[in-house]
Formats: sequence, C-alpha cells, structure tokens
Amino acid sequence: MANIALNGLVKKYGSTTAVHGIDLQVKDGEFVVLVGPSGCGKSTTLRMIAGLEDISGGTITIDGRVVNEAEPKDRNIAMVFQNYAIYPHMSVAQNIGFGLYTSKLPEHEKKKRIEETAKILGLEKLLDRRPSQLSGGQRQRVAIGRAMVRNPAAFLFDEPLSNLDAQLRTQMRLEIKKLHQRLGTTIVFVTHDQVEAMTMADRIVVMRDGHILQVGTPMELYENPQDIFTARFIGSPTMNLLPAHLAEKAGRTVAEIDGLEASVAVPADYAKAASGSEVFVGVRPHDLVVGAEAGEGSFALSGAVSVVEPLGPETLVHLDVGGTSIIASAPGKVIPQAGQRVTVHATPGSLYLFDKKTERALCRL
Amino acid sequence: MTTAPLSAHGARRGFPVRPGRIITWTLLFLGGLVMVTPILFMLSTSLKDASQVYDLRLIPEAPSLDNYVTVLSDGRFLRWFINSLIVAVCVTLSNVFFDSLVGYTLAKFNFRGRYLVFIAILSTLMIPTEMLVIPWYLMASNFGWIDTYWGIMFPGMMTAFGTFLMKQFFETVPDEFLEAARVDGLNEFTIWWRVAMPLVTPALSALAIFTFLGNWTAFFWPLIVTNSRDLYTLPVGLSSFAVEQAIQWEMIMTGASLATIPTLIVFLLLQRYIVRGVMLAGLKG
Repeated sequence: MANIALNGLVKKYGSTTAVHGIDLQVKDGEFVVLVGPSGCGKSTTLRMIAGLEDISGGTITIDGRVVNEAEPKDRNIAMVFQNYAIYPHMSVAQNIGFGLYTSKLPEHEKKKRIEETAKILGLEKLLDRRPSQLSGGQRQRVAIGRAMVRNPAAFLFDEPLSNLDAQLRTQMRLEIKKLHQRLGTTIVFVTHDQVEAMTMADRIVVMRDGHILQVGTPMELYENPQDIFTARFIGSPTMNLLPAHLAEKAGRTVAEIDGLEASVAVPADYAKAASGSEVFVGVRPHDLVVGAEAGEGSFALSGAVSVVEPLGPETLVHLDVGGTSIIASAPGKVIPQAGQRVTVHATPGSLYLFDKKTERALCRL
Repeated sequence: MTTAPLSAHGARRGFPVRPGRIITWTLLFLGGLVMVTPILFMLSTSLKDASQVYDLRLIPEAPSLDNYVTVLSDGRFLRWFINSLIVAVCVTLSNVFFDSLVGYTLAKFNFRGRYLVFIAILSTLMIPTEMLVIPWYLMASNFGWIDTYWGIMFPGMMTAFGTFLMKQFFETVPDEFLEAARVDGLNEFTIWWRVAMPLVTPALSALAIFTFLGNWTAFFWPLIVTNSRDLYTLPVGLSSFAVEQAIQWEMIMTGASLATIPTLIVFLLLQRYIVRGVMLAGLKG
C-alpha cells in the first residue's frame, strides 16, 4: 500500500498545457476517483502517475519517493486499462500470470498466486480459456487479475467500466468496491461518470480544463459544491440553475429570479461577497418536489408540465417555468400529466447561490 | 392474422442467380484458368518423355515418372534445392526479425527524425533492382562475398517493403497492450517479442510467404553472384538444363514441379494465420 502525492504537476504538449500544476494527496489505502468531462486532464494525470507520460513540471511522490524519472516498472503500481488490454494469444491463466513475468518467484508460487487471484475474481473455471471466449465482464476481471497478482502498492484504473453495458457496469462497480474493501490497496480511478465516482470513491477529485476544482467526499461534493461546474456535474439529474439578480426589498437583500415573481432572502454578508448583482439560484431536482406542502420559508415555483419520466420510486417532472426549463421530482405514484400546471416547493436550506461572473458558490439558502 | 404463401423469390432464395453474380463467377473462372493452365502444362510435361514435349495434349499419351527419377538421382538437383532452401529460409527469418523490429520502432516510438528515416527507407523502393546490382556486386567483390551464401543473401536480409508492411500493421496494435506490459515490468525488447509480435501474426505470415517465394524463385542476383555450380540456387540450376546441350523442357518442367513443393508447404502452413483475426479478440466488443 502507498501514499501518492502530486505537487504542482504540469503536463504540456508543445504549447498546449493539459494539466496546470495540480496538487493532490492520496492517502494509504484510499479510493480516490478523478472525475471530469473528456479532455479535463484526468487520464493524463493517471498516466503520469503510472510513468507512461513524461511530466513537464512538479513532482510525483509514491510512498515518500519522488518517481518523476522512474520507469513504470519501478513504481510498484498496476494499471487497468479502458480496453482491458488482455492478450488475445494467451489463456486467462497466462494473462493473469503475465503480471509476474519479471518476478523472481518460483514457478509453484506463481501458479499458487494465479489460482488465488482467479478464485477471488471468480475466474477459476475459466483459466484455460482465451479472451475471445470470455464476456466483457470476465475480460475486465482478467485485466484486474493481472494487476492484482503482483500485489502492487497501488492500482490505477483508467475508465475500466466504460465499455461495459449498464447492468454489467453496476455489477463491476460493486465488485471493484468490494475488492478495495478486501485488499485495502490504494486506488486511483479515472472516470467521466459521476455515478461511478459517487458510488465508489472515498474522495472525489473534480477536474476541468487541467485544473482541480474541488476535492472531497461524495457527500461533501453533493452537499457543498464550490462552483457551478461541480454543482452540475455531481448529482443526477443535474442541478437546476435559475438566473437571478440581487436586490434590496423591504430592508432585506433578496435574489429575485429573473422573469418570475419568486425571490429568496440572501444573508447580507454573502450578498456583499458577490462580484455583481447577477447570480444563479441552484436547486437540485430531488429538493424541488411536486405536491409538497408549502412550509414556512419554503421556495415555490409554478409551471406547466412539459415531460414526465416515471422511474418507479419517483417521477422526474420537466417544467416550463416562465420560459425556463427546470426538472423537479414527484413521489413515484404521483404522475402529473403533460400540460398540467403544478407548483413545486423546496425546503429552506436546499437552495444554492452562485456568483454568475466567477461561477463560485456564495452560500446555501 | 394470415400467413402469406412463399413467394417465388423466397423459394429461390437458396440459389440466388443474379446477372452480376454470373459475371463475377465467369471472370473468376477465366482468371483461375489463366493461372492454373501453365501449372497443369508444367505437370503434364514433367510426365512426358522428350519426344512428346511438343505434343500439346494435357494428358500425356504414356505418362511416366522417369523424369522425376532422373532429376532426383542427379545429385546436382538436390544440391541446388538445398541451396535455395538455405537462402530462402535464412532471408525469410532475417526479414521477419529485422523488418518487424524496424517497423515496430517506427510505428510505436516517437523520436526525432522518425519520419525522415521512414521516408529514406521507403525511397529505396523506387530504385529498380537492375540499378542496384552493380553496387551490390562491387560491395560483394570488395568484401570477398562473391560465390558465397552470404553473397547471395545479403541484399535481401532486410527490405523496405517488409519494413513498410510491418510498420503499417504495428500501427494498428493498440498502445494499451504495450503500456500494460510496460507497467508489468517488461523491457522494450521483450514487449516487442512477447506482446507485439504475436498480435501481428497475420502480417508476419504474409511477409514470410512473400519473402520465401521471392527468394525461392530469385534468379537474376544469384546468377550474377555465383560462379561454382555447387552454389547455384534452383532457378539458376534449372536454367542450366536449357543451355547445357539442347533445351530439355521435360527436365526443366520436372525440376520446376518439384520446386513448387516447398512454396506449397509454406503457403499451407501459414495461410490460416493470414485469415485469422487474432488481434481484436482482446479488445472491447
């Protein structure tokens, strides 16, 4: 097991900078997920940790040793790739054992390790098969097995689930999480899927355009996003953002939703922190409930239902509110009809205020 | 709900006879005929005696294996056969090794001047062999390689065509395969040998077949660089049947028929690798 530290890590391709001096500490045994849209630098960062990309600046430290110049094989890490990268000309046993190719272990010990690894991953009956005879999930397990067999200090996963269908992805997500709980090895996992990040990570690192925007536990990121990007990237369906402006009303500062009668009170200190009067009021679809009772200080919006998406336990309701499209939710058995006018309520404390210019979060309302 | 009767079109579905297909089959048949006829005549002539050689009937009047006995009992033929085998096998192994090593390097490593090196190698394809023969001969002469196996082999030990072919194939090998091996601790030579090479088996087979055939049938350069009859390759030796006394067509055809055997074996051994899509099995999908 190992600590991994990135200090001022930079990656440049010619004049283009892909990673802008990021800092990150991954603790021993921690499961850290790098998440962000395509091109945000997450895979590049992972490949730099693996030693597959040269670094343009900063340092990478694994277990207290700076490994900037170390070859991948000298970093004691294992990597699982998006396309599995298991060798088609080798059997499952040979593929798993390939991780021990350079090991000086005696043959019987290697065989024992391969069998143990196959047993953990449920591959013991498939050891003689070729990759072409395996399903996508089994291939992915072989790739994980090849990484596991070496007992590395850390695992690096580069979008390993993105080629699997939705059902298999959910299953493999669970298996990887169980594996982490069992082995306790440090894992750095890259994905663009926020659900994977939320469900597996001890901590999530949100990246955009080569910068780290926020690092935190899944619930920290969900509850207290520090900017609009993180707020909208984490959580599904994505957070509603209502354009608003700050105004003084009856001696109080309020955020008046543009084009609507609705407004929400803003603590004066936070209003002062805004760079201008233009802001966004954010509210998650799950906090904006159709048919909820209007409590004291609750935030209400009315609009016409445009589309409903029944999901079983709940229904997502798309509303047209004064020309702005928002998503609300309704209990599973309450399914409004398209065209119907409904009122949705959010309880106090479930709204977010963002500065429109800086895109930073100002406070929760 | 009613069940529609089988249409006439449906009934014929097992035997689709479309005009386009008739034309295709006819052209393929004619093409095949053009290719096979000389081979049939070669086999036919090898079974005739000298008096029947100019009788163009495909089936000999009195077929006999006497020519085969004569050719095989002549020690020179066996010697030339072995010479050709040594040259073709050595050059093929050398090409498979060096062409793929250089092709892999050009395809998978970024280094300054990579493109220039590739262009330089490709540009040698544009020089006709006839122009190269004199420099080759001078070189062989200066180094004392005239009338040696090495003298016959050295110009073909590595080829621009093979390098180009292998580079193109190695470019289709996903980098993840190589990176996974790199992370697993293999050195670059082992990655090439143990991981990359098995993934391009179809290309290696094609290269091996082309190189073997090219060298097995090579005539011009072995004729120039060899003096002693003991070092003749099969095509050079067979041609001597034509010039020694009168042209002995039946002997030439018998030798040529025997000479096709190794090429057939090589093709039969390697053809399955050409059609087998080995590489994609380990990838998604």
